[in-house]
Amino acid sequence: MIDTLIDITLLAFLVFTAVAIIRMRNLFVIIMLFSLYSLFSAGLFAVMDAADVAFTEAAVGAGISTVLMLGTLALTKNHEEKPPSHLARLPLLVVLVTGGALVYGTYDIPSFGDPASPAQTHVGPYYIQHGKEDTSAPNIVTAVLASYRGYDTLGEVTVIFTAGIGVMLLIGGRLMRKQKRKDQR
Amino acid sequence: MKHNLILRLIAKFLFPVIALFAFYVQFHGDYGPGGGFQAGVILSVAFIFYALVYGLKTTEEILPPHVLRLLASSGVLIYAGTGVVSLLMGENFLDYDPLSSEPAAGQHLGILVIELGVGITVSSVMLMIFYAFAGRGQP
Repeated sequence: MIDTLIDITLLAFLVFTAVAIIRMRNLFVIIMLFSLYSLFSAGLFAVMDAADVAFTEAAVGAGISTVLMLGTLALTKNHEEKPPSHLARLPLLVVLVTGGALVYGTYDIPSFGDPASPAQTHVGPYYIQHGKEDTSAPNIVTAVLASYRGYDTLGEVTVIFTAGIGVMLLIGGRLMRKQKRKDQR
Repeated sequence: MKHNLILRLIAKFLFPVIALFAFYVQFHGDYGPGGGFQAGVILSVAFIFYALVYGLKTTEEILPPHVLRLLASSGVLIYAGTGVVSLLMGENFLDYDPLSSEPAAGQHLGILVIELGVGITVSSVMLMIFYAFAGRGQP
């Protein structure tokens, strides 16, 4: 009962924040609202007992990405351009069709915590029954991420590493700029 | 932010607290929520907070960018290296059973080591990206 109430409150706040983000023109305010949006999402994950996901969302979504967006804002203008005055019919149609398709797609998704869903009947029961003795890690999430699915996590770490290299190559070029100045001389 | 005495003091006080929490999340990941990824992000947040208050230059003196590049790649190396070690000891890639005398202890050790690799890579990549963004506006 209280879970449902918290869920409804958090989801309502999510919608309010989303609408506010659409209507705002000040980019600083929008970034702050994005951070708030992430925080509400983290709260929702926590209510769904996904502590690890909530943790990540709060640290990355509400924390780091806000700082990075603010850093970007410092390099650009503070205000968005004025919106076009005419009604954009074609984009509206595309958005409505895509949104409708997504909502239609949710009807095939098993409901939250459904014991008959494929995720709960395939390898999930094995992990829950044997995770502790196989990996000696009481936290099943860690057991799956680090041991059973260690190969996937290696891929994820490589992705993060590659992303870092990409950012360094694109904009981390204080060293390169110095070199360029030398070349110009 | 040269003149905000309260902010500077609080930052100095909060830095070890945030870092300690990051290490707690890192090494307590087998028992509670958290793990290498979250711990890495929290540790980088400690340094970003320090940089926001004390300036990028001071932070880069404590933790130079070339050290970060070294750390970021060494984390991936630790992770993949663990897999190779278990491969050389006659098991599958990233199967930690042979790392210790008992399979369960080996698993415990393996998880600890690869989570450490994840934490090192994530924290240094996050800081690298922050350095790149924040250093952009400076001459």
